[in-house]
Amino acid sequence: MSDETNASPLLSVRGIRKNYRSGGGVLEVLQGVDFHVLPGEFVAIVGQSGSGKSTLLHLMGLLDAPDAGEVWLEGKRIDHLPAAQRDGLRNTVIGMVFQAYHLLPELSALENVLAPLLVRHGVMEWLKAGTHARDQAKMLLDRFGLGERMRHKPRQLSGGEMQRVAIARALITHPHVLLADEPTGNLDESTGVDILDAICELNRRDGLSIVLVTHDTAIANRANRIVRLAAGRVEQVDSSPA
Amino acid sequence: MYKLLLCWRYLRTRWIALASVISVTLGVATMIVVNAVMAGFSNEMQTRIHGILSDIVFESHSLSGFQDPEWHMEEIRRVAGDSIIGMTPTVTVPAMLSFQVRGQWITRQVMFIGIDESTHAAVSDFGAYLQHPENRHRLSFDLRDGGYDTRDSQSEGPGPSRPALGGAGWPHRRTKVERERIWKQKLKETAGNPDTALNTNTNQPTRSIDAQVDAILDVTDTKSVAPEESTSNAENDNSATPQNPFSAARPQQGRTMDLATEQFTGVVPGIGLASFRDSTGVDRFLVLPGDDVKITFPTAGTPPKAVSDNFTIVDFYESKMSEYDSNFVFVPIAALQRMRGMIEPETGLASVNSIQIKLKDGVSLDDVRNRLRQAFPPELYAVSTWRDKQGPLLSAVDMEMAVLNILLFLIIAVAGFGILAIFFMIVVEKTRDIGILKSLGASASGIAGVFLGYGLFLGIVGAGAGLILGLTITWNLNRIRSFVEWWTGQSVFDPSIYYFFKIPTIIDPFTVFWIIVGAITIAVAASVLPALRAARLHPVEALRHE
Repeated sequence: MSDETNASPLLSVRGIRKNYRSGGGVLEVLQGVDFHVLPGEFVAIVGQSGSGKSTLLHLMGLLDAPDAGEVWLEGKRIDHLPAAQRDGLRNTVIGMVFQAYHLLPELSALENVLAPLLVRHGVMEWLKAGTHARDQAKMLLDRFGLGERMRHKPRQLSGGEMQRVAIARALITHPHVLLADEPTGNLDESTGVDILDAICELNRRDGLSIVLVTHDTAIANRANRIVRLAAGRVEQVDSSPA
Repeated sequence: MYKLLLCWRYLRTRWIALASVISVTLGVATMIVVNAVMAGFSNEMQTRIHGILSDIVFESHSLSGFQDPEWHMEEIRRVAGDSIIGMTPTVTVPAMLSFQVRGQWITRQVMFIGIDESTHAAVSDFGAYLQHPENRHRLSFDLRDGGYDTRDSQSEGPGPSRPALGGAGWPHRRTKVERERIWKQKLKETAGNPDTALNTNTNQPTRSIDAQVDAILDVTDTKSVAPEESTSNAENDNSATPQNPFSAARPQQGRTMDLATEQFTGVVPGIGLASFRDSTGVDRFLVLPGDDVKITFPTAGTPPKAVSDNFTIVDFYESKMSEYDSNFVFVPIAALQRMRGMIEPETGLASVNSIQIKLKDGVSLDDVRNRLRQAFPPELYAVSTWRDKQGPLLSAVDMEMAVLNILLFLIIAVAGFGILAIFFMIVVEKTRDIGILKSLGASASGIAGVFLGYGLFLGIVGAGAGLILGLTITWNLNRIRSFVEWWTGQSVFDPSIYYFFKIPTIIDPFTVFWIIVGAITIAVAASVLPALRAARLHPVEALRHE
């Protein structure tokens, strides 16, 4: 808690609310959540299924808009920005990793890693930036042990390999914060541990801020800080030894 | 950049979408083929119409025509001389053509056209449509001594067979005269006296005359043309010297004409008046060059009186426009003017109906027509271009083409709905990918761009394949036709119905270009709605989509 006074938060949400209309009734997923992540911090959000942790992550990643409350990034409010600027932030500042990997099936591993840069650049810019980006993507894939599989399509890769490609894709843009939504949820235990190790390594070695959503307390314990969500509210904040 | 990459990848991996553009391909191919054939027919027809009609026709409203064509031509030259290549006067009157086939008189209604053979070639392609090679080169109204084409000279393919024309000309005329002599002799032998012989014949049933005629025809083994009654007329009041048919066509009293060596004034009837085509594509002739015919036409006086005269067929005219080929009979203008009394006795000035004008290439027909219309009183003269003359026919063909194009374009539009449906399917299938792209920062317009670009790619592929297919079919149309005919044993393109022996095609690059542009536009338009739907997908819901 003492960190909070010293450093301004990198990404924070204030009094955020989100409702989903389902059938006739309204499902209140988030009922006024305050949350922040400091620069270089590794925070885990834990909670039961349906506690709203994924929704919170989506709101921070600007994939969804809150019904009430604010999202702040590096001292600026970002949730009310025009669509083009929010698209730009997603492309440059925020990296995301999902439980189901979410790779594009038509593209090879290398192209999937390059996807954010392909989205960013037009054809003419790509002709200039492409070679450099390719080298970077290869380096990232090498680092995750996928140097031999760059030309393979996602369906030719194992789950662990696909998640490593997804992480490489999140990192290619040099994001300020990595948002990971149950990144080990679809993997067997040992592969999950490998992936988790890789994520921890990013935080420890490169000082990347990470928000990790999980329902598994064992995984959450690897984080600097654990935030428990229950019934749409922050229930408890633990600072655990890293 | 990702739009291009994804379009390309989708194009290569979604075969179902390619199936949806097959209808575009077929539509484009059909449009190209149909337009090429229609343009081919239309062009062929226009060439033939223009072949007989000069660029501009200057004519009087009255059948009697106007006097002194020389003065009129000078006036025309003064008004529009800089754009004129050639002019020729013509006389056109309605007439009746009569000829005898197997003892039966056949009469047909025709347009009798007097032309100046020295200048007519300068204004139209008239000569190119004649059956004797030398007449094509240089028109003469003298009967030729054989050598008529037995094959259609205008068709590049096999062409219709015309064995009958092989013996046409003087040989045919001599055979006929000889046959007639034998016939008369036989009648004399049977009855002793020609007059009683004729009487008995008329009293007898017609069948016996036919039987006699047939017997004679079998003996001589030549064309199915019965002896001409005209001989007796000719002996009585007509004679002509073949050396100068124009001046000599008038009856020279007191001299007997030798039909085996002399001819009447030469005429060139349309081939459709004298022949018909049987189902095997062979042209059968009722009369041949060398036969004599009677033509009845009005004089120039008021009121017009009908006069008849004998003429000798010297060639056939075949423009392959049945309207002309079964209607026109050409004759030397001087002979017609004299027979109709169009030459004023005191001054010697002749009258003509019309003046045919040929213009230089690239000169605007309408412009010259309008200048002439201003220069001559419209109450007396009608000035029209060849297009004006055939306006209804040409506009009917244009209309037909327009309607066909609209119908065929609807086929491509229907294909557009196929693309629309399949694109919606693809958007649903790609929902998660769309969510992924949005999470990576792709904008809504960028997502729409992926699908619009995909539609464009599909349109290009479909239209491109259609272009290749259409051109291939068009270029090999006649080969395909032969194959289909061989395969089914049915005649697809019956030569007895159409004058062409092969299907004419013209590929207009401009038309092809617009067909392609239209097809691609439809493909893109069909992808607009699915693209908008993709753009509006909510990223979180899209990511959750299974």
